[in-house]
Amino acid sequence: MFAFFIRRLVTVLPTLVFVSMLIFALQQLLPGDPAQILAGEDQNPELIAQLREKMHLDKPLPVQYGYWIGGVLQGDLGESARTGQPVLELILQKLPVTVQLAFMSMLIALLISIPAGIVSAVKRGSVWDHSATVLGLAGLSMPNFWLGILMILFFSVELGWLPASGYVSPFENLGANLAAMIMPAVVLGTGIAAVLMRHTRSSMLQVLATDYVRTARAKGLRERVVVGKHALRNALTPVITLAALELGTLLSGAVLTEQVFTIPGFGKLIIDAVFNRDYAVVQGVVLVTATAYILLNLLADMAYFVFNPRLRH
Amino acid sequence: MKPRTRALAGAVLLSLIPLVGQAQTLRIGLAEDPDMLDPTLARTFVGRIVFSALCDKLIDVDEKLNYVPQLATSYQWSADGKALTMKLRSDVTFHDGEKFDAAAVKFNIERHKTMQGSNRSGELRPVTSVDVIDPTTVRLNLSAPFTPLLASLADRAGMMVSPKAAQNSTNFASAPVCSGPFKFVERVAQDRIVFEKYAGYWNKAAIHFDRVVYTPIPDATVRLANLRSGQLDFIERVASSDIAKLATEPSFKVSKITEIGYQGITINLGKSDRAQANPLGRDARVREAFELSLDRQGIVQVVMDGEATPGNQWVPPSSSFYTKSNPVPKRDIAKAKALLKEAGVPNPSFTLMTPTTSDAQKIAQVVQAMAKEAGFDVKIESTEFATSLNLADKGDFDAYLLAWSGRADPDGNIYSFMACKQPLNYSGYCKPEVDALLNEARSKQTVADRMKAYEQVNKFAQNDKPVLYLYHRNWLWAYNAKLTGVREVPDGLLRFAGLKLN
Amino acid sequence: MSSTRACDTEPMSTSISVPGASVAEAGPWLRAWRKLRRNRIGMFGLLVVLGFVAMAVLAPWIATHDPIAANWSAIRKAPTSMSWFGTDELGRDVFSRVVWGTRASLLAGVVSVTIALVLGVAIGMVAGFFGGLVDAVISRITDAFLACPFLILAIALAAFLGPSLSNAMIAIGVSATPVFVRLTRAQVLTIQVEDYIEAARAVGCSPLRIATFHILPNITAPVIVQSTLTIASAIIAEASLSFLGLGQQPPDPSWGSMLNTAKNFMDNAPWMAIWPGIAIFALVLAFNLLGDGLRDALDPRHR
Repeated sequence: MFAFFIRRLVTVLPTLVFVSMLIFALQQLLPGDPAQILAGEDQNPELIAQLREKMHLDKPLPVQYGYWIGGVLQGDLGESARTGQPVLELILQKLPVTVQLAFMSMLIALLISIPAGIVSAVKRGSVWDHSATVLGLAGLSMPNFWLGILMILFFSVELGWLPASGYVSPFENLGANLAAMIMPAVVLGTGIAAVLMRHTRSSMLQVLATDYVRTARAKGLRERVVVGKHALRNALTPVITLAALELGTLLSGAVLTEQVFTIPGFGKLIIDAVFNRDYAVVQGVVLVTATAYILLNLLADMAYFVFNPRLRH
Repeated sequence: MKPRTRALAGAVLLSLIPLVGQAQTLRIGLAEDPDMLDPTLARTFVGRIVFSALCDKLIDVDEKLNYVPQLATSYQWSADGKALTMKLRSDVTFHDGEKFDAAAVKFNIERHKTMQGSNRSGELRPVTSVDVIDPTTVRLNLSAPFTPLLASLADRAGMMVSPKAAQNSTNFASAPVCSGPFKFVERVAQDRIVFEKYAGYWNKAAIHFDRVVYTPIPDATVRLANLRSGQLDFIERVASSDIAKLATEPSFKVSKITEIGYQGITINLGKSDRAQANPLGRDARVREAFELSLDRQGIVQVVMDGEATPGNQWVPPSSSFYTKSNPVPKRDIAKAKALLKEAGVPNPSFTLMTPTTSDAQKIAQVVQAMAKEAGFDVKIESTEFATSLNLADKGDFDAYLLAWSGRADPDGNIYSFMACKQPLNYSGYCKPEVDALLNEARSKQTVADRMKAYEQVNKFAQNDKPVLYLYHRNWLWAYNAKLTGVREVPDGLLRFAGLKLN
Repeated sequence: MSSTRACDTEPMSTSISVPGASVAEAGPWLRAWRKLRRNRIGMFGLLVVLGFVAMAVLAPWIATHDPIAANWSAIRKAPTSMSWFGTDELGRDVFSRVVWGTRASLLAGVVSVTIALVLGVAIGMVAGFFGGLVDAVISRITDAFLACPFLILAIALAAFLGPSLSNAMIAIGVSATPVFVRLTRAQVLTIQVEDYIEAARAVGCSPLRIATFHILPNITAPVIVQSTLTIASAIIAEASLSFLGLGQQPPDPSWGSMLNTAKNFMDNAPWMAIWPGIAIFALVLAFNLLGDGLRDALDPRHR
C-alpha cells in the first residue's frame, strides 16, 4: 500500500511538468500580440517595445518557457502585466474565496446527490426515482449564468433577502459572507449534484445486481444492511473519483458564475487574464490550481485502491 | 481646567459628534477592473474614473470642455507658443504630507517622460525640459508649438504624485500617493478599491464623503441589480435598454452625456495589399456608396435605443471643432446604387471585423442588413478584441468596427488616426498635405485658427473616408436620487467637488 | 468449437452463458432495443431527441419567419399571434431563431461529443489494455489536460483554429476527450481482471478481438452516461465560446449565443431568454433520459 502511494506520488511530477508545458503552449496558441493589448488604447510604440522586451516576447519559445519555469522554481511566479501585482500575491488573495466557494458547492452537491442517487437506485422505477432524475437533471441543464441572474433578480432585487453581488471575508463578517456565497454555491452545487447523482445511481444499480449483494440478500440480511454496509462502499468508489475531479474543476474557479455574482475568485481572474494576454497570471494560476487538482486525484485514487482490492496486483 | 470641568467639556464635545455628520461612504459600480493606479503607467479609461478621486491634475475640463484651474491657478503660452508657464497653488500637500511645488511638477513631468513602461511619453514628446522659476511657477519648454498639450495636462499627464513616495517605492501602483480629495486605503484585484478622505485636501470644504469604494461589476444587468438593491449608490455605463425605465423611477436619477469619442468603421485603404484587392479599399466611390447605404439615426435607434448622436466627423456636431458646412448625410440608396454602378462593382463584398462586445455585434448586423439594400455583401467576422488589434496592425482586414474613447482636444481624435504611419492609423492613410494640415492645426492656439486647418482636413476625410464615423454615444449614469452635485462633463468621469448624498 | 469462434461470440458476463447458444436467440442489439422500448422514460427521451432532429431538418418549413431578417420597427416586442415567442434586440422573430438554432446546438452537442468519444475511447483502451509505459505516458498527458480548466483549453484551441461553429466543435471535442480517456481506461482496468477476460486470453483470443468483442461492449454503459452529460456541457460550452466570438457567427442563430445576448435584457424582454433556455433544457434533458434508457437496455447483466 505504501509502495503504491509512493509510486503514485512519483507520477505527480511528470504530470506537473506536462501541465506547465501545456499551459505555456496554450497561451502561445492565442493569436495576437500581448504587448499590443497590454499597451492600452493609445498603442504607444515605445511602450509596446518596452513590454516586448520585458516579457521576452522576441526570444524563441523554449527560452521564454525557461525564463518562466526558472522563476517558478525559485518561487517567483512573475507579475501581472496589467496591474503590476505579483501573481503569487494575487493567488493568495483569491485562494480563500475560491476554496470556500468550491467546498460549499461540493457540500451542497453531495448532500443532494448521494441520498437522491441511492433512493433512485433502491426504489428504481418508482416515482421517487423519476422525480429525483428529473430534478437532478433540471439543475444540470440550466446554464449557470442564466440561473444565477434569475436568482439575483428574485432573491436580491425582488425579495431583498440576499446581496446581489460582492464578497465579504468570513473573518470580517461571517453572516454577510455566507449571505453572499450561498447563491453562487447553490448554482454550482446543483449542476454538479446532477452529475454525481447520475453516477451514484448508475453505480449503485451495478453493484446491487452483483453476486455478493445477491448472496448478502440470500443470507437473509435486511435490505438496509445490504445497501448500507455492502453495496454502498463499492458503489460510492467511482462517485468519489468523480467528486474529486469535480472539486478540482471547482478549484479552477467557476468562470461565468463568478462573473455574475462578482465573486473575486480564480475563474474570473483567469478568463480576464486570457483576454488581456496576461500570460504570467494565466500560467501561474493554472499551475497552482492544476497542482491542487492533481493532488486531489491522487487522494481519490488512493481511496479507490483501498476500497477495491481487486486492483491490487 | 478642573477634572470635573474637563469631563463635562469632553462629554459635551462627544455628544456633538453625531451632529457633525455620520461617516459617509459613496459606493460606485464600475464596468471593468482598472489597471495600475499609477498615472504614469495607466492605460485604461476606467482607471481615469478612479483617478478623479485620487489624483488632482494641473488643469481640468468643465462641461463645455474649457480648461479650468485645479492644481495650477493659471497658465500662459509664450508668444511663439514654445513655452507654457503655469502658476501653481501654494496650499496643496500630497497624501503623505509633502508639499506640492514647482519642483514636484518638474519631477512628475520627467517621470512621465522617462519611466520604464510609461504610457505618457507619447503625449509629452514635444516637452523638452521643465524649468522651476519659483516654488509656485513652472515653465514647460517645447520643441514646437503644441496646443493639445493642455488636454494632456488635464488628464493623466497632468496628475501629480508625491516625488518622495515615488522615489521610495518599487511598486508605486500598489500604494499610490497623490494629491486628490481621497487617499488610497486598499485594493483587492477585481473586488474593490477603497479610498478615504484626505484631511489636508486644499478644497476639502467641497468634499462631503469620508470614504469611496469602487466595485468592478462587468455585467451590466448585475451592476444595475446592485443599484436597485441599494448596495451601490452610483453606476456607470448603464445599458441603453435599461435607462429609459430608470429615468421614470423616483428613487433614481440618470445622466446622459454626449461623449467626446466616437463609434466608427475604419477602412483599410493602404495598410496592406488587402486594400487594393478589395473594391472598398480601392475605390472612394464604393466607400461613399457604403456610407450612403447607412441610416445613422436608424442604427442609433436600434443599437443604442436612441442614446447616441449621429455623427460624420471625428468630433460630435455640438463641438466647436465641427465643420458645420458638412452635416451628417442622409441615407440615399438610389445614389449608392448609382455610385456602385459607376464604379463597376454593383455587388461588392467585404468582411467587417467586429469585436465581440454586444454593441459591436448589433451594429455589425444592422450595417449588414442596411448595406445589403444597396447591393453590398457584408460578411461579419467576429474577432476577439486582442486578436483584432493585432490583425488591424498588420492590415489583415477590410473594415474594422472600432470605437475611440475620445480626448478633450480634437487633435487626440484625429492625429494618430490620419497622419502617416501613426500608431492608430489602421487604415494606412498617408497624404503629406494632410500631415501638414494636421501639424498646422496643432500648432495654432485659437479655435478659429485651428478650424481653418481642420476644415481642410475634413474635406480630405470626407473624400477619402479612411474612417466612416457613425455616431457619438451617450455616457449613461444612474444613481441614487439623493445624490446631488453630479457634474455632467463629456469625458465621462465623475467629479467629487460638490457631490453630496443627502 | 474453434478458438476464433469462441472469441467472436457475444459478450460474456459474470453469469454463465453457453457459447453457440447465440444462434437460437436474438442478437444483443435487438434485445437491447426491445428493452429500451419497454422503458417509457427512455423512449420519451428518444422521441424528444428525434423531435428536435426533425425540427432541425424541417426548419425551413416549421419556422414562421426568416431567422436573420431584422425588423427595425419591431424591436424586443412581446409575443403575439404574429410572433409566437416575441422578437429580439434586432426585431427578429425568436420562434424562428429557436427553430433554426436547433441545427447549431444539435451539431455543437453531438459532433463535439462524437469527437471526444471516438478519440477518448480509442486512447483510453490503448492505455488500459497495454499498460506499462504506454499507459504511463498517456495517463500523465491526460492528467495534464484534465488539470487545465476546460474553458481555457477550449478558448485557446478555438482562437487558434479561427472563429466558426465547426472550429468551436473541434475545440470542445478535443477539450472533452480527456474525460473519456480516463473513464474508458478505468473501466478497462476494472473489466480486465474479470474471469471471463482471463478465460478469453487463455483460449488464445487476440488482443484486438478481446478488445472489440469483450471489453468494448462492457464499457458502453458508463461511456453512454458520460456522453449524454457531455452533450449538455458541450451545448453550454458553445454558448461561452459564442460569447467570446469563437462560435456560431452572427447573424446565424444558436441557442447559446441567443442566451448570451438575452441576458442583457432579462428585465425588459425576458422572452428572449426563456425560449432558448427552455430549448436547451428540453434537449439536454431528453439526451439524459435517452442515455439512461440506453444504459439500462445495454447493460449485459440485466437479461
